[in-house]
Amino acid sequence: MIEVKNINKTFGEKHVLKNISASFENGKCNFIIGASGGGKSVLMKCMVGLLTPETGEITFDKRDFVSMDYYQKKDVRKEIGMLFQGTALFDSLNVEDNVAFPLRMFTNWSEEEIIERVNFCLSRVNLSNVNKLFPSNISGGQKKRVGIARAIALQPKYLFCDEPNSGLDPLTSRVIDYLIKEITEEYDICTIINTHDMKSLFEIGDNIAFIYQGQKWWEGNKEGIRDSGNEEFLSFMIASEF
Amino acid sequence: MRFFQHFGGYLLFLSTVFSKPEKWKILWKQIIIEANNIGVGSFNIISLISGFTGAVSTIQIGYQLVSGLVPEYLIGRIVRDSNILEFSPTITCLVLAGKVGSNISSEIGTMKVTEQVDALEIMGVNSSSYVALAKIIAGFFTIPALVVYAMMLSLVGGAISGHLSGIISVEYFVKGLRSDFEAYSVIFCMVKAFTFAFLITSVSSYQGYRTEGGALEVGESSTKAVVYSCMAIIFFDYIISQLMLFR
Ligand SMILES: Nc1ncnc2c1ncn2[C@@H]1O[C@H](COP(=O)(O)OP(=O)(O)OP(=O)(O)O)[C@@H](O)[C@H]1O
Ligand SMILES: [Mg+2]
Repeated sequence: MIEVKNINKTFGEKHVLKNISASFENGKCNFIIGASGGGKSVLMKCMVGLLTPETGEITFDKRDFVSMDYYQKKDVRKEIGMLFQGTALFDSLNVEDNVAFPLRMFTNWSEEEIIERVNFCLSRVNLSNVNKLFPSNISGGQKKRVGIARAIALQPKYLFCDEPNSGLDPLTSRVIDYLIKEITEEYDICTIINTHDMKSLFEIGDNIAFIYQGQKWWEGNKEGIRDSGNEEFLSFMIASEF
Repeated sequence: MRFFQHFGGYLLFLSTVFSKPEKWKILWKQIIIEANNIGVGSFNIISLISGFTGAVSTIQIGYQLVSGLVPEYLIGRIVRDSNILEFSPTITCLVLAGKVGSNISSEIGTMKVTEQVDALEIMGVNSSSYVALAKIIAGFFTIPALVVYAMMLSLVGGAISGHLSGIISVEYFVKGLRSDFEAYSVIFCMVKAFTFAFLITSVSSYQGYRTEGGALEVGESSTKAVVYSCMAIIFFDYIISQLMLFR
């Protein structure tokens, strides 16, 4: 369970996040949706500590993240898997080494065990025969999938996905969606997904937070969407043809 | 003011770089790769430059000492001293600041702007140490090795050009090289080489690491990396010479 309370984040004059509070449950796919530039990525980066909010509280299973020192944060981060909007694969390493990276860094597994786990993770995202290719030599969608494989390699307790299926074809998008849903429920992960893809929201969304211009306008579940009565939110939904 | 800000930032950066690595084995592997990039990768250009520096210095000194009042072998001696004391370490390192420095800072800068550094942080890896430590250690050993090589080659180049231009025979040149040789000058040279090596890799890593933005900023910081490493080299060249040659 991750909880954020009264998060404020500014860049210079620009007030990007305004008093955002939300909670994200374990074993559920928690969606953050909203228009481009609304502050979704910034919120996610605040939650994992890449950005420091001016005010606010962030707790990971009751552990106060903001007040932790570097080493305590590090321990929490080993439980976090994150898929970046731009994938952030290491381009000096091939696909296999990318996925193996956290395993080599933080486990004492033998090389065989590591490769076995790598192949398992890659097969879960429907990738095969790309182990030795470098990130610059695979497609955008394949990169996304490698990014997910890397994020789940260490079986995280918290999974952050920034636009997991932007730039993917509809079929692969659904595969990724169900993959995320599956591992979320199987390992009781607290999964947070940023997206503008309403399809995946309706497929796998459990909890939804709608962010508009840096503020949280609505929070609820799928069933509550139609009678949310929030104008901004409804027009956002209508624009996405649902 | 800005200078102190940067200097403080640089020291803070170094203090995070020099912390215990997550896995020694991974660090070791990185060091080997970087040593290959920095050392072996710069071998050709250093050969070329040091050979010609030696050759030119013989001709220049020969040109200035044509009077006939000083014994010929002195040319060899002056070539030796100027190359060991100044040209080999300083010119080699200035060239490497351009080649290695821009390389390091654009590599780290690219990792920074494509969020690869963030990805490391999220995993719980000390990102500054992961991206820079291996480069600094590898540079610290390979760059002085290149300087030693440059030192030898510059003397060979000097002998060859002296012979070809008829300024001084190889025999006299070698006599010059051996007259009043003090090992202290080599120690001086190595102190400079190790210092410069550290400056090049650490300043460039710092510049790369503080890149923010996009491809444009990566270019900018690699230019800065070269400029600042060169300035640091020249400055420390002066300090070390003052401290070690005139005590
Ligand atoms: N490092 C930064 N410096 C200054 N402003 C920033 C920075 N990062 C983000 N912003 C600003 O914060 C706002 C929110 O950006 P963010 O990336 O969170 O949007 P988003 O909701 O993720 O959009 P998208 O759906 O397009 O990814 C934007 O207006 C952006 O200009
Ligand atoms: Mg975003």
